Amino acid sequence: MVSSPAPDRKAAIEVCHLTKRYNGVVAVDDISFEVRAGEFFGFLGPNGAGKTTTVRMLTGIIRADGGSALVMGFPAGSLKAKQMASVVPEMANAYTDLSAWDNLMLMADLYSIPARTAKERARELLHTIGLLERKDSQVRAYSRGMRQRLILAMALISDPEVLFLDEPTSGLDVQSSRLIKELLLKLNRAGKTIFLTTHDMDEANQLCHRVAIINKGKLIAINAPEQLKLTASRRHSVEVSFANSIHPSTLATLPGVSDVQRLGDKYRLFTSAPGEVAAAVVSLAHAHGFKIISLNTLTPSLEDAFLALTEEAKHA
Amino acid sequence: MPEHALVWQQLRRLLVIALKDIRIYYSKGPVVVFGVLFPVFLFLAFSIGRELTIDFMMPGLIGMVLFFTATSISPVVVPWESQARTLERLMSCPLRLETIIAGDIFASFLFGTAISLVPIIAALALGVTVSSPVLFGLAVLLASLCFAALGNIFSVPPSNVPATVNMIAAAVRFPVIFISGIFIPLQQLPTWGQWIAYISPLTYFTDIARGCIQGEAHLPLVVDFALLLAFTIVFLVLAMRLHHRTMPRRL
Ligand SMILES: Nc1ncnc2c1ncn2[C@@H]1O[C@H](COP(=O)(O)OP(=O)(O)O)[C@@H](O)[C@H]1O
Ligand SMILES: [Mg+2]
Repeated sequence: MVSSPAPDRKAAIEVCHLTKRYNGVVAVDDISFEVRAGEFFGFLGPNGAGKTTTVRMLTGIIRADGGSALVMGFPAGSLKAKQMASVVPEMANAYTDLSAWDNLMLMADLYSIPARTAKERARELLHTIGLLERKDSQVRAYSRGMRQRLILAMALISDPEVLFLDEPTSGLDVQSSRLIKELLLKLNRAGKTIFLTTHDMDEANQLCHRVAIINKGKLIAINAPEQLKLTASRRHSVEVSFANSIHPSTLATLPGVSDVQRLGDKYRLFTSAPGEVAAAVVSLAHAHGFKIISLNTLTPSLEDAFLALTEEAKHA
Repeated sequence: MPEHALVWQQLRRLLVIALKDIRIYYSKGPVVVFGVLFPVFLFLAFSIGRELTIDFMMPGLIGMVLFFTATSISPVVVPWESQARTLERLMSCPLRLETIIAGDIFASFLFGTAISLVPIIAALALGVTVSSPVLFGLAVLLASLCFAALGNIFSVPPSNVPATVNMIAAAVRFPVIFISGIFIPLQQLPTWGQWIAYISPLTYFTDIARGCIQGEAHLPLVVDFALLLAFTIVFLVLAMRLHHRTMPRRL
């Protein structure tokens, strides 16, 4: 079956004023954004931010209450959009009574993939995810990591143009998690558009071209990870630990320090001028005869950017 | 894609869904054994010692087995999938919700039809003759579809606990077998009893079966078939419509 070409090939996902309410409570609040074809797009937010609800609307599992979304130019949830996309849902399972092989063949049949193509792809995918030897055993006997790898393979058997993943690595063992991330990067290099939700800043930082930050259903920023970190430039910091105990207020009075946090045996001094603060800390230590054990300057992480942005959103 | 190609595509996928159901749910040994034994024992419990003829017993037994097996699993497929966390992934596939529901109903239909062959063959082996095998066969197929759709409606409330759904199912299934002319033929019921019987689709199948086996149906066969067909259409439409409403609440 040949589907007619989508009207606009440059955008893989177009979201326009998308809104979803549950019993009057807004879960996703009028969000708009665009994901370019071939982009690795991160959707970052804390628990309950509305990530899963957004993915479900984009993959046609639930209906939006307002706004619209297109996937590869077709309305989200339409058969054409679904045929071109796949999803790894947040809490999904394969059929545990079936083998990995049969699960893959089932998915292939539901997407009308010709049997030969399906078998070739299944072998290749099983090899990639390291389950080729176990392909005929029931999924019941698989570990959580093996299942998640299989679920990813099930999403890939239809060779989708757009892949949605809802926190695919959360709670996984390190190997499975790394394998999944590497596979995603490989797919993206091959031209696939990837929409990844996560609450893990490092993951978003490592993988994504651009990251959207969502909090309480609202989109509060959307940019490249490095750009987002810039927005938190006031949250550069100096981390210092002393051999002697010292009162934090002494550190707070240093010029240029906006905030002091105590983290274990270390103090973290937030500032926009980390070099000067570091020098001030050294002279302070000299003057009082404190012994410095370690002294580091830290650039803001995506997490800092996230905190800064959510703070701003709260005050706005 | 032209409309007919779309229909074919969805029909093929419907079949994939049905085969999946059969493999996963129906191929479990205990389910099948229970599906046959339970109605047989229930039937024997109510007919033993009543000196009934084989020709009288068989239409009722076939009707009961068909009713019980065709409604046994279709109620729990959706809750099971939801609990096993396979439903969301299925809903993201290029399938209409109608395709998923119809696939589940079709699986139940195949199961009911296949299992009802057991009492039918037993009846033939015991020397029962069927006067018009084609009509009887049609009635089995239609009734099986009707009951499978009814069973699917039991799973509409968005409870993901199969036990809850089973309770709803039991609350409908047990009364139905007592008001459908299985143990007491329609003509022996008082008028009010007959009116109650007419609200059960199983009544019409039993009546057709009595017509084909005993040669004495209470209603004209055309009426039986028309009403059975009407019930089937209503149940199918209801199953699709209602699941549209409750499916999102299962996630
Ligand atoms: N099926 C549902 N019924 C009612 N409320 C829901 C449902 N799903 C999500 N919510 C609410 O919507 C908000 C967003 O949830 P969700 O999209 O799951 O967030 P996330 O995936 O970012 O953790 C939360 O407040 C959650 O409680
Ligand atoms: Mg979520």
